[in-house]
Amino acid sequence: MNIKEKIIEKVLALCALITILTTVGIIGVLLVEAVGFFREVSIIDFLTGTEWTPLFADKNYGILPLVSGTLLTTFIAIGVALPVGLTIAIYLNEYAPKRFKKVLKPLLEVLAVVPTVVYGFFALMIVTPFLKLFITDLSGFNALSPGIVMGIMIIPFVSSLSEDALAAVPDSLRQASYGMGSTRFQTAFRVMVPAASSGIMVSIILALSRAIGETMIVAIAAGQTPVFTFDPTVPIETITAYIVKVSSGDVPQGTVAYQTIFAAGITLFVVTFILNNISFWIKNRYQEKYE
Amino acid sequence: MGIIASISGIVVLAIFIGFVIYMGIQRLSWDFIVQLPSRFAEESGIYTAWMGTVWIMVFTTLISFPLGVGAGIYLEEYARQNRWSMFLEINISNLASVPSIIYGLLGLGVFVRMMQMGNSILAGALTLSLLILPIIIVSTREAIKAVPSSIRDASNALGASKWQTIWHQILPASFGGILTGVILALSRAIGETAPLIVVGALVYVPFAPQNPLDEFTVLPVQIYNWVSRPQEEFIINAAAAIIVLLGITFIMNGIAVYLRNKWQSKMEW
Amino acid sequence: MDSEITSQQPKTSQVETKPKLNPNNRSFKLQAKNVDVFYDDFQAIKDISLDIVENSITAFIGPSGCGKSTFLRLFNRMNDNIDGFQMNGEIRIDNKNIYDESIKVEELRKRVGMVFQKPNPFPKSIYENVAYGLRIQGVKDEDYIENRVIESLKQATLYSEIEDSLDKQALALSGGQQQRLCIARALAVKPSVILMDEPTSALDPISSGKIEDLIHELKKEFTIVIVTHNMQQAARVSDNTAFLYMGNLVEYGDTQKIFTNPKKDRTQNYITGRFG
Repeated sequence: MNIKEKIIEKVLALCALITILTTVGIIGVLLVEAVGFFREVSIIDFLTGTEWTPLFADKNYGILPLVSGTLLTTFIAIGVALPVGLTIAIYLNEYAPKRFKKVLKPLLEVLAVVPTVVYGFFALMIVTPFLKLFITDLSGFNALSPGIVMGIMIIPFVSSLSEDALAAVPDSLRQASYGMGSTRFQTAFRVMVPAASSGIMVSIILALSRAIGETMIVAIAAGQTPVFTFDPTVPIETITAYIVKVSSGDVPQGTVAYQTIFAAGITLFVVTFILNNISFWIKNRYQEKYE
Repeated sequence: MGIIASISGIVVLAIFIGFVIYMGIQRLSWDFIVQLPSRFAEESGIYTAWMGTVWIMVFTTLISFPLGVGAGIYLEEYARQNRWSMFLEINISNLASVPSIIYGLLGLGVFVRMMQMGNSILAGALTLSLLILPIIIVSTREAIKAVPSSIRDASNALGASKWQTIWHQILPASFGGILTGVILALSRAIGETAPLIVVGALVYVPFAPQNPLDEFTVLPVQIYNWVSRPQEEFIINAAAAIIVLLGITFIMNGIAVYLRNKWQSKMEW
Repeated sequence: MDSEITSQQPKTSQVETKPKLNPNNRSFKLQAKNVDVFYDDFQAIKDISLDIVENSITAFIGPSGCGKSTFLRLFNRMNDNIDGFQMNGEIRIDNKNIYDESIKVEELRKRVGMVFQKPNPFPKSIYENVAYGLRIQGVKDEDYIENRVIESLKQATLYSEIEDSLDKQALALSGGQQQRLCIARALAVKPSVILMDEPTSALDPISSGKIEDLIHELKKEFTIVIVTHNMQQAARVSDNTAFLYMGNLVEYGDTQKIFTNPKKDRTQNYITGRFG
């Protein structure tokens, strides 16, 4: 009996250990291949080069074009998701009647459950043609359209995290503001939002990390042309889209071209890892503040 | 203004979906469901794709469900509050926000190449399992936490061992919550595209897979394949396949929400 | 007021065991010997020794936070899983130290049943609630289980009320019925000791009365220890009473004596309602 209990505990512990192995596996795989890559390519060239042509005869391994493409789509997405998401959070927390809130929240979640490949289709087939009506020299592939669609996708992400942050602000603060004769609007923007600022920061950072790692929307609608530019109307390529492009073809293992996807992957991993940990750090400090 | 912002995203999504239905409904037919892919758009169907999706989902469930629930039980019931469990917890929330394509690279490096599974269903299912493991673990823990501690006390006081208490009391009482989390996680897995492309699902598969070591493709990858072609007919195919994929995703989420509501009302002792 | 009380720390918490606690020279069922309990740095129980005789009802009283529940839970080791719990001294049942390494906690708890403050039936049928203790012991004989279930329900004076609905969800019962179900559940595994942690505090007066009658009945077969914050209840049901204050055992003795003629001022103050 006692032995059975011990075995069960060990088996369960093993399940939990899988998560550690996953992390070790991710870091291991990325490092091993990336080290092979950096034997061929200097890390300085990689980080500062403005040309990315590993699949061409004239090979260049500067990641900056992919980085610029990633940042461009990410900032467009945040530009959409932040104002809308934050407005929703404030509205839900300060204005919305309870009933309406109960309907609205699950509806918002629907935005997050639509598969990203479907959003990619939307960006390519609907948003880009629509934007062309206003921006005539918009290219068929561009950063603007997938950026906007990605922004729509992460609205519930921003709104629910921000709403949690707003809800965590003690009610006494709101009462105090009303007590001094503030309007609802003043209370929301002068008192509640500043008080919840660290939680809102967390939601922005996590949204950033999410947008940077998003793949299918940009792979479908942003193009596969790595150029170092911040022009949202021309075709670009993000880090993630590059990995998809190479994986779609048949690149033999062991070649530098094969290793590039791991070098690109480790760049992505490091950036999102740092962002996630910044958000942890803020979250911990912020939780202490209210306890 | 708040209302406008709140519903804007939903309205836009509704327009998108309406557009897709308008575009794809003409192509949606029984033939489309049961036909193999073809060079000619009009003759192409999604048979291999949804069969691949079924295979992948079955194996992903078989792998991720016991592992995730097991890890959740361990963290909630066994792990002591110390640095090690803190580390486990931080690690899990970190994994939850690792981009899915990175899991694809992990699967490519470990399952496809190192363990020599090739571009197989097994490799794909293992990759997706690791991807959704954090979601299952977190929801399992939430569900277990919601079981009142008085139940645990009562069982312990009758001389039940730890595992007896977990097996006979905690798990039955939290099952609804666990199931909800697992279904939500699986509905996420069913739409995942990027990691499966990286482990090699974007291949021409002429037949439906027969065993877990066969090559495969899945619905979202098939959609990507069609979207990236220039011909209008393939785009229409993609729209039709999207209707199917969205249908499955929404149904799964609907079931999860229904279960959650039912379970929550039951949990008010 | 309060500081005045706390300033008069008793010099010693040792209380000699009076012979009248053990009128017929019955053996001691439960014994505590120089017990200290710590939760990390906080000392919850301070050097308490006391003996409880077989087939008696003993009440632990005292203001909330005095350690009476902690003390009660020592007898079936329910404190073991609390973080930072640490204990010195000995708790003996039938003259065996239950904190000895050779003792299996699960076995101990089969012999020492417990009833909690809030009724806590499992979210299962009435029948399965009572059968649970037997099932986890590996009893497979369904006839025996059924016998025990019915017998225990009768013993807990619940059977006549629910005779026809043993398959009903336990959570559908009223609060008082739920608590008697919890008692039946404890009885089903034939313990010799029953610990009760404020068993009526969540119930209405009528349900409480039924439970008190039941406790009185059970005394014939079981040794019962009850924690209560209700002084009248302690006076009504118990043979002996122990008054705890801030982790110390202030006074322990015959219930009649404690309530009519307490030796210590602090006990007097408490039972007359001047504090706590």
